Amino acid sequence: MALSYLRSSSSRSVNLLKPLSSSLPLRRPISTDTTPITVETSVPFTSHQCDAPSRSVETNPKELLTFFRDMALMRRMEIAADSLYKAKFIRGFCHLYDGQEAVAVGMEAAITKKDCIITAYRDHCTFIGRGGTLLEVFAELMGRQAGCSKGKGGSMHFYKKDSNFYGGHGIVGAQVPLGCGLAFAQKYSKDETVTFALYGDGAANQGQLFEALNISALWDLPAILVCENNHYGMGTAEWRAAKSPAYYKRGDYVPGLKVDGMDALAVKQACKFAKEHALKNGPIILEMDTYRYHGHSMSDPGSTYRTRDEISGVRQERDPIERIRKLILSHDLATEEELKDIEKEVRKEVDDTITQAKESPMPEPSKLFTNVYAKGLGVESFGADRKEVRATLP
Amino acid sequence: MGALRDCQVDARQTEDGTPLPPRASSIIELLFPFFFQKREKKSRGEKMLVVRKKMLGQSLLIRPAVSVLRSYSSSAKQMTVRDALNSALDEEMSADQKVFLMGEEVGEYQGAYKISKGLLEKYGPERVLDTPITEAGFAGIAVGAAYHGLKPVVEFMTFNFSMQAIDHIINSAAKSNYMSAGQMSVPIVFRGPNGAAAGVGAQHSQCYAAWYASCPGLKVLTPYSSEDARGLLKAAIRDPDPVVFLENELLYGESFSVSDEVLDSSFCLPIGKAKIERVGRDVTITAFSKMVGHALKAAEILEKDGIDAEVINLRSIRPLDRSTINASVRKTNRLITVEEGFPQHGVGAEICASVVEESFAYLDAPVERIAGADVPMPYAANLERLAVPQVEDIVRAAKRACYRSVPLAAAA
Repeated sequence: MALSYLRSSSSRSVNLLKPLSSSLPLRRPISTDTTPITVETSVPFTSHQCDAPSRSVETNPKELLTFFRDMALMRRMEIAADSLYKAKFIRGFCHLYDGQEAVAVGMEAAITKKDCIITAYRDHCTFIGRGGTLLEVFAELMGRQAGCSKGKGGSMHFYKKDSNFYGGHGIVGAQVPLGCGLAFAQKYSKDETVTFALYGDGAANQGQLFEALNISALWDLPAILVCENNHYGMGTAEWRAAKSPAYYKRGDYVPGLKVDGMDALAVKQACKFAKEHALKNGPIILEMDTYRYHGHSMSDPGSTYRTRDEISGVRQERDPIERIRKLILSHDLATEEELKDIEKEVRKEVDDTITQAKESPMPEPSKLFTNVYAKGLGVESFGADRKEVRATLP
Repeated sequence: MGALRDCQVDARQTEDGTPLPPRASSIIELLFPFFFQKREKKSRGEKMLVVRKKMLGQSLLIRPAVSVLRSYSSSAKQMTVRDALNSALDEEMSADQKVFLMGEEVGEYQGAYKISKGLLEKYGPERVLDTPITEAGFAGIAVGAAYHGLKPVVEFMTFNFSMQAIDHIINSAAKSNYMSAGQMSVPIVFRGPNGAAAGVGAQHSQCYAAWYASCPGLKVLTPYSSEDARGLLKAAIRDPDPVVFLENELLYGESFSVSDEVLDSSFCLPIGKAKIERVGRDVTITAFSKMVGHALKAAEILEKDGIDAEVINLRSIRPLDRSTINASVRKTNRLITVEEGFPQHGVGAEICASVVEESFAYLDAPVERIAGADVPMPYAANLERLAVPQVEDIVRAAKRACYRSVPLAAAA
């Protein structure tokens, strides 16, 4: 109580108090405070073939501050990637996730690193959520050795097997059967863990998704299919691609839940619910109602198939970071200044990491021939001119 | 005489590597081989070989007799390719808990071709899984399971249906280890019958060896005999990379003799090594899968005409055993490639290119390709016969390569 009184005083008094506060551990309790707070989600959950979880989500100051920081980091990272792409440091494909950060952080808050996540190509933030570092992201985007795939994968092929992050896939929809396969392995090994297979509204119409869902339901696999519905499959709005855009209902006999994907706490609640469900009853579909501010990829301005008013409207009304900021401020967990400081800190971290990443060298030419096989058997491989460039695969 | 056609024999050579003369076709020839030596035109390089053989003479020629007697007295067991595959699956599933089998009808039906007979009973429904008819779905699920450390064996009822799952085979399995710089290895085996059966028509008769073998990151194996089936399937299951294992429906029922070594549960053949099924001097014939049998029959016919063919059973299309093929061509100077699949961009085309690149100076004749006809497989029996390589096609090509055939007529 006393703390909040101090913080709500005018900025000048805060400045005067600053020297005092730096010697007193006034800031520490905020970020490690785990006193439970109950928050209501923005909207109730809509369910299909199951009972929806409660709107009341348990959280705590530490978690909310972590959400804020992590999402601010992801946001800053994606915007920096945009600049790097325009400056031609990043080549090829670059699919940005800004706007959708709540799905990544909310999911992580509900699960452990023993649960598996697999997603498609909009994977930078999901990788960070799984414990990947900024350096690994930027270096990989720029094709450098310090990248998570040593520069050989690129934007769409981030992996972190030790935290059970399985990529990073370029073929739309392929990651869903793969994710059900991960769930199969988890059940086979009796791990009591689950897999979250993320896909977009564009991929939701893929046949292989239904094939995998059928098998998952038949075999009771702990697979959670998460549709990140940002309402546009590249340039095609959902109502133009799907006869039924109620993706959470598309599982038919498989239960589903529709979630406000811009509300990190709703995402957390839904994922927690889904994990419990999947371990007991097999597959479930989560539809995250979310939005991407950027176009589909860097070659798409994102404004030919949607209005700028729509984009700015979502940013004003539903931005995930703003929601958490308001929550933090209304619960007096930090001041505006402090939150701005976090954002400044994050910006600096991103800028420093980019400088560091730019210093990482490109892979050695000999690396062209590594990792073709796990066990190369001493076989020969060839360059473009096989009389000039040959290599033996280890 | 039956024992002489024993497919189990390795390339017979003397200590200094010169190949022994071909097997005798009569007892007289066996005991008095010198009188039966054929006189043919020899190319440069071969003359040295002949001189050395003549010098070593008698001691060499006695050896075949001894080994013939040995193979008569040892009772080699006969095993069908079907049983070979079944036993290999059984043993590997027994040895490693992580190995499991998935596919249409592999469980309760005992396998569409009975390859997985008895496995459901032995290992239970958690390890032998009947799938719905959804290749894209279950192949993807199997690759995902392999990502997470299991060792799936996926059966395609025929490889024609693998086209429904080909994205997972290539993009999800073959390329993952490379794209992840070694984080995601995929220890999966895709197996099933490949190529033509009998009268099954265009959509059920394609050979996929060339398509899969062109993809870096995959290993592609093509067993012929029961020994091949056992050794290569075991190697494939143990291998940490994705393996496409191309069987042949018409070979499943064929019996081959297998030694005790082959029957041992630790038996394994190396991936990437071809086998010289029949040592020869005059022309090299490469083949894989069912065509090996055709090539061996062709070699017998050619022998009567004084052409001594060397038959190479490729066993592995990727990695291709270029060194064995080239060494053979450098010896014989003539090459026929035989395959069942479509000719354009086929396995034979790759072998021809490889030989032209590595051993051009050793070729005495253009490389000949025998392949399936460049048409979708017809149904009518006579047309089907024209669409698949026959023994006489191989014989004719070999004679052409040895300049024994009638000169080519000019095209009209």
